[in-house]
Amino acid sequence: MVDPAAKFSIRAFHVHYGQFSALRDLNLEILANEIFTVIGPANSGKTTFLHSLNRLIDLVPVSRCRGEISLDGIDIRRGLEIEVLRRKVGIVFALPLPLPISIFENVVYGLRMQGIRDPRRLNEAVERSLRESYLWEEVKDRLRTPAMNLSGGQQQRLCMARILAGQPDVLLFDEPTSGLDPISTARIEETLLILKKKYTIVLVTNNVAQAARVGDRTAFFLMGDMIEVSDTGKMFTTPADQRTSDYITGKFG
Amino acid sequence: MRVRKLKEWLIEKSILLSGIFSVVFVVLIFLFLLREGLSLFRGESVIDFIFGKSWYPISDPPRFGILPLILGSLLVTLGAAAISVPIGIAAALYIAEVAPLRLREALKAGIELLAAIPSVVIGFIGLITLGPWIKNLFNIPTGLTALTGSVTLAFMAMPTIVSIAEDAITAVPRQYREAAIAMGATKWQTTWRIVARAARPGMLAAVMLGIGRVIGETMAVMMVTGNAAIIPTSFLQPVRTLTATIAAEMGESVQGGPHYAALFAIGIVLFVITFLINGVADLYLHRSRR
Repeated sequence: MVDPAAKFSIRAFHVHYGQFSALRDLNLEILANEIFTVIGPANSGKTTFLHSLNRLIDLVPVSRCRGEISLDGIDIRRGLEIEVLRRKVGIVFALPLPLPISIFENVVYGLRMQGIRDPRRLNEAVERSLRESYLWEEVKDRLRTPAMNLSGGQQQRLCMARILAGQPDVLLFDEPTSGLDPISTARIEETLLILKKKYTIVLVTNNVAQAARVGDRTAFFLMGDMIEVSDTGKMFTTPADQRTSDYITGKFG
Repeated sequence: MRVRKLKEWLIEKSILLSGIFSVVFVVLIFLFLLREGLSLFRGESVIDFIFGKSWYPISDPPRFGILPLILGSLLVTLGAAAISVPIGIAAALYIAEVAPLRLREALKAGIELLAAIPSVVIGFIGLITLGPWIKNLFNIPTGLTALTGSVTLAFMAMPTIVSIAEDAITAVPRQYREAAIAMGATKWQTTWRIVARAARPGMLAAVMLGIGRVIGETMAVMMVTGNAAIIPTSFLQPVRTLTATIAAEMGESVQGGPHYAALFAIGIVLFVITFLINGVADLYLHRSRR
């Protein structure tokens, strides 16, 4: 039974790193235009899960995957070229990683890689994606200055713009605010709430409160198992599993 | 407590001393070269020495023009660089980015082994294998040419270039690669546009050190280039390099005489050239790091 609104549909999915089982028998649907948050302690498999969605997991030489993940009904391992998949499913990492070039060049980097040269298209893409990541007003007068001069929060929004420039369907966030101050964090969270109108968002976070603030649905992972998935409001008020409740209330993790 | 402090002090000062020594040695070498070499310029102008077209150190009157030697060195070095730089960088990229783990270890060991071969052995191979081969290939009277020297020296520069460039490539943060790949870059786009660019200062240093090694190399180049002190017009002619001249003639020159001084003056020229190469590499390295 595949929900027609499902963006990602994950069936009996396992990941092993050598002998270590990092993710077991995951069955899950991620709906279009929702913010799906994933919480769990270290080693719970949440980053493994995120990296499975755009096959970054393939970079780990000892990793083996079993089961099926499909995007809009297409198997991401068999039906899609890996580069196409990664353009459709963009990821923002925990640490902002601007390239040591100008703000403008950072944003158009992916486009240039696809061979797009038309200056008008590049300019449009820069403005659109910087507006979407709410950085445009702060940097519009200094697009040609080095990206390294931006603050941490601005750098992170620049990395979002860089992904948005490629017009993805899905945005993956791997603890995007773990290195940021509370004000920058708040701005990123506001941005997420606006971005979900257009994109599907999967957010892995160590910050349980953040999941409660921005998530539509939340999944709790523990030691490679998904313990529970439900509407975020429900999970934070009446969790079904005792372990979920313990984690949310800070009894462990 | 006091013993520990004394120990710290001793270690610190001895490290400082060894640092100072290495600099002092370089300065002393240069001063020594100057002392022995400068006496030549009492009877000879610097311009005549550097731009003089003939090197007849033992004719009467002797002529000490080292232009043919400088050009010989440059020609052989350029040829060696043209061969070793592309191959060396490509090999480094392959080893660091493409090769599977086990093959990578084998290749690295092989390249270190290449670095360990004494230059005279490489020269020997150049002399008995490469020389005749080039002679037959181009149908020329002798196989001992600038080209032979370039190919031989390329083999000697390669290990330096490969191992230092490979270190530079491996040192590129993994996150750069991940970020590029996550944006949908292919393996090649990531390697060429991100990794190679980020590693560029290190790769440049590798090239410079490789070239420095080629310019300074003596034994192999003396065996395979034919050692004719004429201004070269093609790669298929015998040439003589600065280093080979010193090595070949030092034994037969009269100590303190003008010939002897001229050889030391060549040493000064070599010193200045290598100093410039290292300086440029250093400058570039520091500028790019900022």
